[in-house]
Amino acid sequence: MSSAMRIVNGKVYDPINKIDGETRDICIEDGRIVESIPDDASRIDAQGMVIMPGAVDIHCHIAGQKVNSGRKLMPEDHKRDPHPGTAYTRSGSGGILPSTFATGYRYATLGYTTAMEAAIPPLSSRHALEELDDTPVIDKGFYVLLGNNIFLQKLLKEGRHEEFRQAVAWWMNAAKAYTPKLVNPGGDEPWKGKRNTNVSDIDEKSNGISPRQIIEAFINTVTAMGFPTPPHIHCNNLGHSGNYLTTLETMRTAGDQRAHIAHIQFNSYGGEIGKNPSSKAAEIVEYINQHPNITCDVGQVMFGKAAIMTADAPLAYVLRGISKNKWVNADTECESGCGIVPFTYQEHVYTHTMQWAIGLELFLLSEDPWRVILSTDHPNGGSFMNYPKLVRLLMDKSFRREEIARVNQKAIAKTALNDLEREYTLNEIAIITRAGPARALGLRNKGHLGPGADADITIYDEMENKEMMFNAPRYVIKSGVPIIFNHEFKNDHSGRLLHIAPEYDQKIEETIKPFFEDYYSIEFDNYPVNDSYLHDHEVIPTGPLSS
Amino acid sequence: MSENIRTVKNATCTFCGCLCDDMELTVDLDEHRITKAKNACVLGRAWYAEHVIEDRPAAMIDGKEVDFDEAVEEAAQVLVNAKFPIIYGLSDTTSEAQREAVAIADYIHGTIDTTTSVCHGPTGMAFQGVGESTMSLGEVKNRADMVIFWGGNPAVSHPRLFTRYAVTTKGMFIPNGKKDRTIVLVDVRKTASDPVANIQIKVKPGKDFELLWALRALVKGKSIDPSIEKITGVSLATLEDLVDRMKKCNYGVIFFGMGLTMTRGRHFNSGALMALGTDLNEFTHFVVKPARGHGNVTGADNVVSWQTGYPFGVNFNLGYPRFNPGEFTTADTLSNRDADAAMFIASDPASNFPKPAIEHMKRIPVISLDPKQTITSLLAHVAFTTATYGINTTGTVYRMDDVPITLRKAYDSPFPSDEEILTAIKKRVRELMLSKYGTSGVRREAKVASLTPL
Repeated sequence: MSSAMRIVNGKVYDPINKIDGETRDICIEDGRIVESIPDDASRIDAQGMVIMPGAVDIHCHIAGQKVNSGRKLMPEDHKRDPHPGTAYTRSGSGGILPSTFATGYRYATLGYTTAMEAAIPPLSSRHALEELDDTPVIDKGFYVLLGNNIFLQKLLKEGRHEEFRQAVAWWMNAAKAYTPKLVNPGGDEPWKGKRNTNVSDIDEKSNGISPRQIIEAFINTVTAMGFPTPPHIHCNNLGHSGNYLTTLETMRTAGDQRAHIAHIQFNSYGGEIGKNPSSKAAEIVEYINQHPNITCDVGQVMFGKAAIMTADAPLAYVLRGISKNKWVNADTECESGCGIVPFTYQEHVYTHTMQWAIGLELFLLSEDPWRVILSTDHPNGGSFMNYPKLVRLLMDKSFRREEIARVNQKAIAKTALNDLEREYTLNEIAIITRAGPARALGLRNKGHLGPGADADITIYDEMENKEMMFNAPRYVIKSGVPIIFNHEFKNDHSGRLLHIAPEYDQKIEETIKPFFEDYYSIEFDNYPVNDSYLHDHEVIPTGPLSS
Repeated sequence: MSENIRTVKNATCTFCGCLCDDMELTVDLDEHRITKAKNACVLGRAWYAEHVIEDRPAAMIDGKEVDFDEAVEEAAQVLVNAKFPIIYGLSDTTSEAQREAVAIADYIHGTIDTTTSVCHGPTGMAFQGVGESTMSLGEVKNRADMVIFWGGNPAVSHPRLFTRYAVTTKGMFIPNGKKDRTIVLVDVRKTASDPVANIQIKVKPGKDFELLWALRALVKGKSIDPSIEKITGVSLATLEDLVDRMKKCNYGVIFFGMGLTMTRGRHFNSGALMALGTDLNEFTHFVVKPARGHGNVTGADNVVSWQTGYPFGVNFNLGYPRFNPGEFTTADTLSNRDADAAMFIASDPASNFPKPAIEHMKRIPVISLDPKQTITSLLAHVAFTTATYGINTTGTVYRMDDVPITLRKAYDSPFPSDEEILTAIKKRVRELMLSKYGTSGVRREAKVASLTPL
């Protein structure tokens, strides 16, 4: 498929291999990085350019029923931003929720070669897999929603922890997922069953179980089974003033075991519930700085169009109440809720500016870029297409000052943003967009350019304006195939599905089946996803030895 | 009956949008037929019983049998050489086939449309305006203590909706089934579904919107003039009682059908109903669900949406998708004589489209893919006989509530699947387009007079 190729004369940023801007040759053969190749292999001259591993998006919403409902909901947004095809690529629609093909190609045009869809109910995992198969270029996987799974909660309530563990492993296989995702754990039942209410405290029991018990059980199980990445947690009280205490308690629940807090910006608010938020970024970052077991992605808010799209249905309903905009709610039996609201972040709005500033504070106060990862929780904080601008905000303090001058000054005055002089280096950007997320995900062949790594490579022209630089890589190579060559699409590529397949005791099926037959609306035997949905795929190893 | 019998458990009946996946099929492998379909409803039994492998050519051009490859070549040539090719149907095939069909439309800069445009299309349009609160069918089974059917007759159209998902079935918080639910039926006439209802509301034909709007007002606490009875045929007291029940239930659901979407008001009706469902969430948990008809019409909506951003009626003339129902929907592209070639997949528009549309079908080259001989296949220039999805093929289908299910094959067909045929046509179309227009970037000149797309 891909012949050998040598990239010469470029400045290499490869933090995992401790290469920080040195000029090195990168050799590619059969889709992998290799030590050396024959001299007569084809060459790319990267003189004046910056070479990084392909970027990895650790948290985005790009596929599945929820995203597709959002697409159907927002034709006005597609219409503004058509995505024409080329001789090599399919056409599509852009906007805040691009069609599948446009999603893959647009990630590629930013130098991203891997992205993880963050919230899929197991019942609709086939849908997600079909869409991911239609999402070109990038490698991809998804996190499966298990935090409000009624059967798993039943096992926990009855103290059946070993069966819980087996059932979690069974569910990962049944869905072909990458790791469990917990979204507002415990909050579905009050939403669906108690007139649209919610849990408000990590220790508040709903239906006989508290969010903390659920979080603890998942962290223990995933640690014990050696999944490549810990459970990804969307904390309770997301979006509400005063929620930083819930976030701190959630992180404390992990003890010294690994946990990943998703889009933590949305969970770093002080103040009283129902009133304007204040920034508690410093308190949150302080905890993360001191606890190497915690990773997070920021979920930066960017001004402009967004779409609230979450399995946290009560939150979407609260936001719908503010905008009175069109709203989607979608309940999935025994497994999940879902809410969608089109949204716009505006510079003049106090709360939106506060959210924007908190995100930047989290980045700028973080002492360990490996564990505070770049994301906008696409499309919740804004499109992934904002990443280049976000990189410039982090790298260029004079640009940051200009932007700060344009937003709500009352909010800014209550943050530390004006005092933060830090500027990210290219090496640190390579960490928060490549090496960090790859390491947090346990993807050993990604996020670096050492021999054996996947030949996912981005080559940028080095420019002063970092937004321009990161907006238009000159070359993007995926699995050794030049996708973008001199700024033009020259090949198409399907990308691989990344998933795990932990071992489990098959007897667990006998435990799950009776519940399933009573309360699900499809047959048990038709529930697990078969291998025909895998296409090109890679099983990431699990087990005590792999972690 | 032969000795060569096979049983297929947990097969999915693809006849209607319920996609019941608990069929137990007894298959006579020598006779190539399903002799028994345990758990099937009357529609499902007929669907399986009628399905036999017919002695027909796999591919025909102008009624004469040809090689498969020859038919693929001719179909590709027709599509590539047309100026305004349309592709339509897709509700009775797998999502794998649907994905190929959209790809072809993209490559040829054609138009893709599905049977949604003649059934719940207005619901899709209303959804774009107001969104909806909705659910998977298992939530109805487990939680719904109030179930309303509006403008549909499920006893006839979706017989197992009552027993398997929504009325008599017992669930987690509905231990006694029907006894724990209030069932309401809103329709313009008596139907076979009436006996299931605790409350029957007869609305005057064409007055659904007025009735829904009055309900919305009452839910919001506004007063309604008793003259509403003259307009809608339903008394104010009945409406007030209904609103009271809706607000007091724990988990309410409204299923709605084409009695709402294909009568006066169309997407206004669907939109009013969805908005009513949304409004009720101020008081309790409330959801709505269009009761979709064809087996995989929901999959068609999903596939066209994820590949193009729009659910149906999508045109690629400018090299990217545009959505305009009324212009790019098939009844219109045919009746307006825009289309100069058509590919119909798993659908028989020649039997049920408006007369001007059918007249135009006879003027242009038509490609048809269908397991049976149909009126459309009889007028087709290129006709493929296909394997039947869910009986002779596996693949993915989406239930009316978006739940995806994998089909189980009962027995082999000598005919190729839609997916196989469309994949072959796609490959050839791609080659022809590249040789015709090169890789310079512009694949095809825009074929509409105006270059102002938006």
